[in-house]
Amino acid sequence: MGAAGRGGADRSGDRTVMPRCNTVEGPGGHNTYKAAMNGTYKSEHGGLKNGFVRSGALFEEEKFYNGGLYKRPFHEAFEETPMLVAVLTYMGYGILTLFGYMRDFMRDWKIEKCHNATEREEQKDFVPLYQDFENFYTRNLYMRIRDNWNRPVCSVPGERVDIMERFTDDYNWTFKFSGRVIKGVMNMGSYNYLGFAQNHGVCADSSSSVLHEYGAGVCSTRQEMGNLDKHEELERLVARFLGVEAALAYGMGFATNSMNIPALVGKGCLILSDELNHASLVLGARLSGATIRIFKHNNMQSLEKLLRDAIVQGQPRTHRPWKKILIVVEGIYSMEGSIVRLPEVIALKKKYRAYLYLDEAHSIGALGPNGRGVVDYFGLDPRDVDIMMGTFTKSFGGAGGYIGGSKVLIDYLRKNSHSTAYATSMSPPVAEQIITAMKCIMGEDGSTLGRQRVEQLAENTRYFRRRLTEMGFIIYGNSDSPVVPLMLYMPAKIGAFGREMLKRNIGVVVVGFPATPIIESRARFCVSAAHTKEMLDLALTKISEVGDLLQLKYSRHHFVPLLDRPFDETTYEETED
Amino acid sequence: MDVKYIKDYLSWLYYQYLLITCSYVLEPWEKSIFNTLLLTAIAMVIYSSYVFIPIHVRLAMEFFSGICGGQHESTIALMS
Ligand SMILES: Cc1ncc(COP(=O)(O)O)c(C=O)c1O
Repeated sequence: MGAAGRGGADRSGDRTVMPRCNTVEGPGGHNTYKAAMNGTYKSEHGGLKNGFVRSGALFEEEKFYNGGLYKRPFHEAFEETPMLVAVLTYMGYGILTLFGYMRDFMRDWKIEKCHNATEREEQKDFVPLYQDFENFYTRNLYMRIRDNWNRPVCSVPGERVDIMERFTDDYNWTFKFSGRVIKGVMNMGSYNYLGFAQNHGVCADSSSSVLHEYGAGVCSTRQEMGNLDKHEELERLVARFLGVEAALAYGMGFATNSMNIPALVGKGCLILSDELNHASLVLGARLSGATIRIFKHNNMQSLEKLLRDAIVQGQPRTHRPWKKILIVVEGIYSMEGSIVRLPEVIALKKKYRAYLYLDEAHSIGALGPNGRGVVDYFGLDPRDVDIMMGTFTKSFGGAGGYIGGSKVLIDYLRKNSHSTAYATSMSPPVAEQIITAMKCIMGEDGSTLGRQRVEQLAENTRYFRRRLTEMGFIIYGNSDSPVVPLMLYMPAKIGAFGREMLKRNIGVVVVGFPATPIIESRARFCVSAAHTKEMLDLALTKISEVGDLLQLKYSRHHFVPLLDRPFDETTYEETED
Repeated sequence: MDVKYIKDYLSWLYYQYLLITCSYVLEPWEKSIFNTLLLTAIAMVIYSSYVFIPIHVRLAMEFFSGICGGQHESTIALMS
């Protein structure tokens, strides 16, 4: 139901609501280390830094060392759902479900007209098509608040958007346009992290000149007549930007995932996938035919256990070793706002000799001092990640996806991936937009504009997150992630929050089941470098106002330490040859 | 002034009620069914407690005073 289009299937429904909070502290202070690393993580302070601090003053002295993997503080919080709120949320869903059954009964007995798709008369005896829970949910719960999604936007989705006003006279079954436009709505929902979604400025100018030169369409695939010099230029630039040997650009980010994973792994291979991975990764993994195992979100103990089991036991029944083991993670998780524990993942991958597929859709451009994604954020070597995937759709204000990695990998994909063989290549003006934006971030346009944007985004993110936490909202995720989920929980509040915010001229994305677990409905803000401090302040005032109106300030600032994570169980030592 | 404040407060309270019970998203006729059902249930609870609680309290009192022995009984008898 979420605007982000995350499929329901990529979540395990029975995810327990864990009080999760942990901090990894940066260099300084405590300098005793358990594991000896192989030197790469040494700091100038002479020591290795690491240490998980369980948050809260109580635990200040209680440290857990894990072999000096982090170069910066890593603070990620998931506050526990308050018991009362959880009970009321379930009660709300209960009431809605009862009314849903009543309405379904009435539709069945033709007391009211059914607007929804139904089986044809002659198919009545076949397997029912519209009786599963998702259909029930769409018909009876989602429909009631559907006006919050898919609003047509009629301007550039920059920091402000114009939205077409629409109304319904049959309770959201159909919408009609009133012909008016809601102007200047503050956009807190687009993934416009660096503010490159613009209809003016250098990017727009250069892509319009490329449009005049090349036109918009290519009408062929990369392997045939669709390989333009712009694409080659873009790929060289992406490789340089990422710090990898070679890169490959595609016209669509979703297809980059769903078509390239099948090219990389197949039957007899194992995919270890985070439980909250994006639908495109899930689809790719399923299409590949490889065995898929799911580990708990960002939980390295769970990942290590799966890796160990995979290596010890091999394939089921035959017990042959797996051909390849591919770990699939995302940089920033778009629904939780959490950042992958990349240093630990890389250490595990090295220790168990697996491959790593990193989807940087949300993190590229948005994280790191140079805007080069999570690898840059943690100060790691991009060569440690085997497959660096990302999209141009978010930070660069373009469209499409890339894969970066070794020359061998890219050459293989160029030949074998469905996306290069069958998909039409990227539109040249879009490629130019990405090239210009990327050069701007790298500072190759001779200005510091890109760098300023990256810094502005980091600053905005910290400010926005800090203020929201201070106001008493429950905010999920890492303190550096520009994706800011604000918990709403109750189903009626999803609708009310979206409507009340739009009344105050702020456009937000609200998300509910199936994109999130059923009780963890949320509003998701995406901070942008294009937001000025005044805009953020205004947004914060309005959010606070709506928060008071809807009683959303649930937080009791109880960060219960994560009790089910015995930190000292994993050692990130590489096995020596 | 005061009346306005109370009116505001009541409307806020009603809004919270709507949100928590999810009748916020119900159609008006569903809302009235829901409210009617809830009011009926509450009325029945109040009525039955009005009818039965005094009886039960009296029975309980008699029971406990029976347990606690004759002395209390005699005082009660004396008083009545
Ligand atoms: C993690 C992740 N991967 C891939 C995609 C798909 O990218 P695109 O929108 O460019 O198709 C998204 C988009 O939301 C995403 O969040």
